[in-house]
Amino acid sequence: MSQPGQTADPASYSSASLSSGLTDEEIAQSRKILRRRKALASAFVIPLMLFILIAFVAPIATMLYRSIYHPTVAQLIPNTLEALDSWDESGDSLPDDAVLNLFAVELQQLAEDRKSGKLAEEINRGLPGSSSVIKSTARKIKKLDPELLASEGGQRLMALKPQWQQIDIWRVIKKAGPKFTDRYYLTALDLERNPAGEIEQRSTAIYIKLSLKSLWIAILITGLTAVIGFPLSYYLATAPSKVANSLMVFVLLPFWTSLLVRTTAWIALLQTNGVVNSFLQSIHVISEPIEMLYTQFATVIAMTHILLPFMILPLYSVMKGIDPSYLRAALSLGARPIPAFIRIYLPMTIPGLSAGALLVFIISIGYYITPALVGGTEGQMISNIIAFHMQSSNNWELAAALGSLLLALITFLYWIYDRLVGISNLKLG
Amino acid sequence: MAFPKYFTFWQKLGMHGLRLTAWLVLAFLMLPILVIIPLSFNAEPYFTFTQGMLAFDPEAYSLKWYAEIINDEKWLLAIKNSFFIGFWATLIATVLGTFAAIGLSNPVMPWQRFIMAVLLSPMIVPLIITAAGMYFFYTQLGLTGSYLGVILAHAALGTPFVIITVNAALSGFDYSLMRASLGLGATPIYTFFNVIMPLIRPGVISGALFAFITSFDEVVVILFLAGPEQRTIPRQMFSGLREQINPTILAVAVLLVAVSAMMLFTIEYLRARGERIRTGV
Repeated sequence: MSQPGQTADPASYSSASLSSGLTDEEIAQSRKILRRRKALASAFVIPLMLFILIAFVAPIATMLYRSIYHPTVAQLIPNTLEALDSWDESGDSLPDDAVLNLFAVELQQLAEDRKSGKLAEEINRGLPGSSSVIKSTARKIKKLDPELLASEGGQRLMALKPQWQQIDIWRVIKKAGPKFTDRYYLTALDLERNPAGEIEQRSTAIYIKLSLKSLWIAILITGLTAVIGFPLSYYLATAPSKVANSLMVFVLLPFWTSLLVRTTAWIALLQTNGVVNSFLQSIHVISEPIEMLYTQFATVIAMTHILLPFMILPLYSVMKGIDPSYLRAALSLGARPIPAFIRIYLPMTIPGLSAGALLVFIISIGYYITPALVGGTEGQMISNIIAFHMQSSNNWELAAALGSLLLALITFLYWIYDRLVGISNLKLG
Repeated sequence: MAFPKYFTFWQKLGMHGLRLTAWLVLAFLMLPILVIIPLSFNAEPYFTFTQGMLAFDPEAYSLKWYAEIINDEKWLLAIKNSFFIGFWATLIATVLGTFAAIGLSNPVMPWQRFIMAVLLSPMIVPLIITAAGMYFFYTQLGLTGSYLGVILAHAALGTPFVIITVNAALSGFDYSLMRASLGLGATPIYTFFNVIMPLIRPGVISGALFAFITSFDEVVVILFLAGPEQRTIPRQMFSGLREQINPTILAVAVLLVAVSAMMLFTIEYLRARGERIRTGV
């Protein structure tokens, strides 16, 4: 590319244009054409770009934001929190009476607006048991005179519930105040802040354990699909193309079948009185049915079945491109079959194997439906706990934080996949 | 299988072993799907073969679970919803995705790789994350519990497949054809429908089928965004599997397998045709 702006020579021909034999005008002309072609290409892409930004990227960004932004408490009791700013929570004295009075007034207002339950729920997360304290105080405080609360609300609070004399509940209220917080990420990593503000290990390690289990299940499924998929892909790639094409239907039909259908099939197979148990009993391998459904085993076998085509398709297409004469040459030159296969053939399948493995791993680590339906309690994965916090415990911020961490892992793997395979080369059957 | 004469006994045994393994894997892939077909005709409300079914007693088989689908308003609504949502989501995804793929496969397109990665990401991001994010965002816009919200979400999930298939159909597309048409005075719209479209039609149709099946099969986003009005077939199956399992679900599953088989054969037919168009054989 010539750069007219770089020319030092003021003469009519710039040094750059001399080298390409074009005048500045011609360069400007061709630039203009290139710009127009770029604009035309972009014009085709922009509608979808905007659509994806609104329908998909904005939701993801909202989730990332929600994982650190939590203004609920700040909106419920703004005056109290402002006053609490000057209170030293690491000491062992309660906040000033003025602060307590402010809180009493705001709590009464919340009780009237029927919002005290929300505050109770929020504070209870930091201090289990405080929910009932706040709720019963709110019930009783409604009947008191607002003027009275403004002057001696603190004493009234303590008269209604002695728990207000404890310093812990005030610490938790102050801690719940900031609009932006790293609290949910800490929880997602099984960490917490102690009263002095230092980060320490939580006593119960739920999420790390669950993440490690999800990783393990995903690795297991990736390994299984590779081990099971390899011989079939090899057989298909070396079989006559007529045979291979008709057998390929048996790989593609499951690929096209609804994953709920396939999950349903596994429920029918693995139930206590299901097909597998009845079969094993009828041939007298077992005398009592084995519990297979609602276990980790069920999650692994059903997901292996569902994801197997994602391994076979890239593996098959790479193997199809490998000239069989390499292996024949090695054999005729005296290599023994197994070393020849491992040292000659296997390395050539690595592109397909890694593409398939990455894809299976990426899909399986975030899987939700199948573990939810066949996994029971032990077969749950990280997605299931995200769904649990979204739907049952209503701890959306924690769900968002767990989701963001999972998204970070997926983005990293996606980047590797794109560099290694090129995302647009994805095989869709 | 005929082996070359120089194969040793062990090599022949190895080849037989390979063939056996391959067939076992194919059985593993197909049997779970095939097994639900006879089970859906079970006369008893079980998910397993009864003695009568194994003895091929005609009494043990029945069509009543299929009748149950037709007589159940919930299933009928679910079927209607699945096709309605699928249709509109496919339309949006196909139109936007086809245009984007045309722009993206143009070598002068700036930021091509990055934009491609962003546009294909709905396919890679776990559905639970997408669904949670959409729940947060669509609630603010008042789109939860509405057809529009679900359709937009499914359209976003379907576009990557359209981009991939149209992109593949465009590989080797000669852009001078487009410029020639424009240069000879054709309008861009005329050029699009009469020069570009005939060449990429198989890719567009298979992309649309992929987008449709993505929406038709999707349940996680539905779980988060849809109200009871927007229940689809997979959503109905999901709650059926969680609450009360009965062979109606198997009957639905068998019908869905039939739909998938039809889609698969259409796609394979289109792929073969697309290849013929591109290679000119």
